[in-house]
Order: sequence, then structure tokens, then C-alpha cells
Amino acid sequence: MSIKTEEMVLNMGPQHPSTHGVLRLELVLEGELIRDVIPHIGYLHRCFEKHAEVMTYPQVIPYTDRMDYLASMYNEFGYVVAVERLLEIEVPERVEYIRVIMGELQRIASHLVALGTYGADIGAFTPFLFCFRDREKILNLFEITCGARLLYNYMWVGGLSHDIHPDFVRLTKDFIKEFKPNLKELNDLLTFNQIFVDRTANVGILPPDTAINYGVTGPNLRASGVKWDLRRNDPYSVYHKFDFEIPIGKGEKGTVGDCWDRYYMRVLEMYESLKIIEQAIDNIPEGDVTSAIPKRIKPPEGQIYARVENPRGELGYFIISDGSVNPFRVKVRAPSFVNMEVFGELCKDHLVADVVAILGSIDIVLGEIDR
Amino acid sequence: MKTPEEIFDLLKNKFGEAIIELVSDKPAESFISVDPLQIDKICNSLRDEKEFAFNSLMNLSGVDDANGEKLKDENEHDIIKGGTLSVFYHLESTILKHKVTLKVSADRDNPEVASVEEIWRSADWHEREAFDMYGIKFLNHHNLIRILMPYDWEDSYPLRKDYQNPEFYQGMKVPY
Amino acid sequence: MGLLDKQFTDDNIVVTKVEDLLNWARLSSLWQMGFGLACCAIEMMATSASHYDFDRFGVIPRPSPRQSDVIIVSGTVTLKMAIRVKRLYEQMPDPKYVISMGSCSNCGGPYWEHGYHVLKGVDRVIPVDVYVPGCPPRPEALLEGLLKLQEKIRNETLVKEAV
Repeated sequence: MSIKTEEMVLNMGPQHPSTHGVLRLELVLEGELIRDVIPHIGYLHRCFEKHAEVMTYPQVIPYTDRMDYLASMYNEFGYVVAVERLLEIEVPERVEYIRVIMGELQRIASHLVALGTYGADIGAFTPFLFCFRDREKILNLFEITCGARLLYNYMWVGGLSHDIHPDFVRLTKDFIKEFKPNLKELNDLLTFNQIFVDRTANVGILPPDTAINYGVTGPNLRASGVKWDLRRNDPYSVYHKFDFEIPIGKGEKGTVGDCWDRYYMRVLEMYESLKIIEQAIDNIPEGDVTSAIPKRIKPPEGQIYARVENPRGELGYFIISDGSVNPFRVKVRAPSFVNMEVFGELCKDHLVADVVAILGSIDIVLGEIDR
Repeated sequence: MKTPEEIFDLLKNKFGEAIIELVSDKPAESFISVDPLQIDKICNSLRDEKEFAFNSLMNLSGVDDANGEKLKDENEHDIIKGGTLSVFYHLESTILKHKVTLKVSADRDNPEVASVEEIWRSADWHEREAFDMYGIKFLNHHNLIRILMPYDWEDSYPLRKDYQNPEFYQGMKVPY
Repeated sequence: MGLLDKQFTDDNIVVTKVEDLLNWARLSSLWQMGFGLACCAIEMMATSASHYDFDRFGVIPRPSPRQSDVIIVSGTVTLKMAIRVKRLYEQMPDPKYVISMGSCSNCGGPYWEHGYHVLKGVDRVIPVDVYVPGCPPRPEALLEGLLKLQEKIRNETLVKEAV
């Protein structure tokens, strides 16, 4: 005999330690079971698209930084790729190499925050401190390059704001050497920890069809077993020169596409990023990083949709130019915004305690959802 | 794998008048202009037919074309009368690995576009955002409410080119 | 006991002003509300994590406003969020302090002109004790802001102001 319980609505956020910012969730519960989730977003809507319309093309770059603040380098990367395609300019190879190295370092830094905070959400605080320790080292590398820790304004249309520091290559190699054993330590500490596996395996399973229909991209899609990475499927920059694998979810601890798979994708991707950096760091061509920067950026009339593989998924910029120095329209296809839509579907019929596990595994950044 | 030209021809044969034109002037990407009220039928066929197999909607963006008559109101603010609002759809097939862009334009005073939310679930929030920012009404959308702006925001759409900021919201001064 | 170790002739008695005692107690265990808004929240997290270690100043993040002494407004306050920030501030028990971290919450930051949905400074809804400039401020800057707040608390008085 089943006991009938009354429906209850529980509010979660916008101030909640596990919502990764200012997300508000309305949970409709029946006992401990979740019947429906209604996300309320927009608590960090900072009018990026309006700003892009009143600024000139180079002035937009600092605002792109502030969208996905955990992967600022990659946001700039996507924007400059879009504008360069609109202008049809060639970028020196040295610039592309440095961009790829910065982008991959940023991917590692971003995944470290994702994994660290995920551990903290589940109840393991120590990995958080370990991850932030390693992330600080990457931030130091960025700091000697452009002087900023978090928001860089480093990649410019056609080039870079500064060349790399003479010590950068040596320090990056040191970092890789130090970081590899630390990754193993993280695996021992969290990834294969039985308590952690029990909390995440077989929870929030995302089948591949649903994922594609919902537009889910990035590690979340790959965890569902779909081999889809824009670095390979729609190549940009110089990614075609490097040899790296695209890890996909195999359901090692439970079912393909569960929370543990999504978590583990990020661990594996860090190894692949290290591989790319190792290949690139020794082969940076000589040259000037500012030579191709146009004096005046005034693209011809037209529109373009360019996309890159952000740590969170497909980051697309849709830019319409009316031939003036300001973009006519910039729409950002933010990966977190789209990935978040599937959240309600994932949570259905799970327990209240799983909400945080599922939310953390999607790895959202509110700055990007709300823009 | 099909080029936009081939897709245009196939669609033209199937839907006739509803497919308006193919715009392809370099360096811009080409797009196919279609009828706003039949976009749902067109998209349905684009998703389900084997030769298209567009299983993913990458992006959906509202645009204010600002092509109407530019006037001044009594307070010397710019306003735009008439013209159109547009919606761009970027579709992709992860099976056949081809892409296409569709565009619909609707009347600025009463912008109505058929919803594709039933076809690709990812369109749900994108359409809500376009409604929130431009006031484009997506017909048959199951929950067309504001998404980023507060639910009680007054009846104005921030990304329209003639948008005027209100002086106060809930007692808080909005301008600097 | 650090500095005071073996410095007393009598045991268990310290003579001080009530004021100094209270201020000392308050300023050395400022519990912070675990509350992040935007980019600055990441720097705030970095400040509490390894390397910068907020803990050594007695700052521990508490998940509930009812247990916290200081709210660090870390990031852009939007109009939608401002109502919530105000309510969170009202839920905190007295004495309570506010650190406004970063340009956005100081004055609107880069969004001051065209941000139709950004509150131009959190001081329009709650009173601010210390402003930390920067976009985002470095962790060192936030630590400095905290030291400034401690200085402010150290000089608080229980005596009524002369009329």
C-alpha cells in the first residue's frame, strides 16, 4: 500500500551555497521525490547584448570576459574568431599557437573549479582546496602574461595584447610536470572514492537522443556517449595540428550519461588538454603577435555564426554587422544556458539530495546563463 | 551533406510560397528567408526527413531590424514606427554534418512567429529570451513568459533599438 | 596563548574596557555569509581557499544569514537580485557589516551606463562599511578591505554621543 503524501513546493536559492551563484529553483516535491523543477534565472542579467551594440568591436572583448568568468580566455577566443571570420583576416601562426595554449590552460583551470566545487557540493571539502591550489598556479601563468588573474582582455581581433613572457615556456613546463601527479592525487581522493561514486553513479542519467534534442553540448554531451567536439568536428584555429583524443562516457561506474560520467569527462579532458599544451609549447613559431591587428575594425555588411568548444560546450557568437564600427547585433549562444534547460528533465523522480549532485555535474556558470 | 542552395531548392519544391528567398552574399553566411507562420511545418520536415536530418538547433536569436520610420516622440526620444523584427535559426545535423540558417521576419507592431519548441526542446528558453528582449510572440509556446528580466517588468523590451530605460523599478533608481 | 603566554602575575584576571573586549571579540571572528554573485565571487572563493586562506582572520563562510556578521557583496547586483540582497541583509543579526567588493557593487562598474538591469551600486539598497575597488579586486585587496573593516570595528564605542 502506498501512502499518499501532499505536494510541497520548496524554494532553493538565489542565495544557496550549492547553486553555483544566483540560480533559483522551485522544486515541486512529493515526499522526498521531485516531481517538477522550475528554474528561475536572470538574477545576474548584465545586459551584455545591449552593451555589445553600443561599443566598438574591440571594446566588446572585456565584456565577453565577464560572461563565463571561469573561462574568460575562451570567451575572448570565440569572439575574436567570429570577428576575424567576418573581416576575413589571417592571423599569424604564433598568435594561434599562443591562443591554443592559453585556451587549454583555461580549460584546465575551469574544470578544476568545476570538480572542486562539485566535491564540496557532495560533501567532500578537501578536493576543493587541492583544486584551488593547482588553479592558482595557472592563474600565475596568466598573470605574468597579461597582468590579470581572472578577466584578461588578452586576445584581440587579429592578435594578442602582449607577447608571452620570456619565462612563460619554462614555467608552463614546470606546471605540467607538477600538475600530472596532482591529477592522480585528485583521482585517488575523489574520483574513485566509494562514497563519491555512490552519490553520483546511476544518478541523473541523460540519454544521447534527449541530449541532442535539448542542444546539450560539451562534456555533458560526450558523457552520454556522443563523440562530438568542435575542436575536431568544426575545426578552428590550429587544433587540426595536434593529436588528442575525445573522451566519451562509458558508464564505468554505472550507466552511460550519469553524473559520475559527466564528472569523469572533465578529468579525462584535463589530460587531453595537457597533451595539447605539451605539443604546442615547444613549437611556438617566431613572429610578431600584434602585426595583424587592424587599425580600424569595420567589417562589411553581413552576418556570421562562429562557434568554439568552450570548457562547458558550444560557445557561439552570432554577429550581424551593418558596416559600421559597432556590431548591429551580437547574440551569444551560451553553453550553460542551453545545458541548463535539460536540468528539469534530469531531476524528475530523483530524491531531493540528488538535486545538488545533478546541478553540480552540469557545471553551470550563472554569468553565462544570464549574460 | 548538403549545401544551403540544395536545401533551398528542396524546400522550395516542397513548400512553394512559404520559402521566400535565399540570401547569399559573401562574406556573410547565406540564409533562407521563410514565412514566420509556417516555420514550424518547415522545421518539422527539416528535422524528420532523412535527407535533412537537422537534429539540433544550435541557436535562435531575435533581431531588431530597425528598418521602420524613425521618429521623435514628445520628449525628443527616438522611436521606430513600423518595420520588422526577425528571428534567425541556426540548424545543424550531427548525423549528416551540414548546417543551415533560416530567417523569419514579422511585423514590428504585432510580431507573431510560430514556435518550434515542440520540435527542438532547446528552443524553449531561446524563444522565451527572444520574447523577453524583443516582444516577439511565439504562437503555441507552452510557457511564454519573461526569462531574464523580472516577471513584473513593465511592458517594454530592452533590446529593441528604441528602448527607453524606466526611471524607477520597485523604488530603486535605474539610471546612474 | 601566543603573546600573552606567561605574562601575568595573577591568574585569570585581565583588566580591560568592556568596549575593547567586545570590539576585539567581534573583529576577530567575522563570520561571512557564504554568498556569491558574479565574477568577484570566484576571487572571494580563491581568498577563502588555499594560498590566501581567509580563515586566519577568523572569517568562516556560513550558509545562513542568521549566523553571519558580515556580508561581502561580491559582484554585480541586478535589479532582480537587489530585492533579495536587501532581504538577506535584513535577516542578519546586529551588529552587521557590509563589504562591497568590486566596481560593480560599488557603482555599477562597466555596466554603469547601458546596464538597464543593473543596480548602480549596492549602497542604494543597503549601507556599506568598506568599498573594495577593482574589477575584480585581487584577493590581497579583499584582505585589505577586511583589515579596514577590523580597524573600523576596533574604534567602535559604547558611549553615547554628547548632544
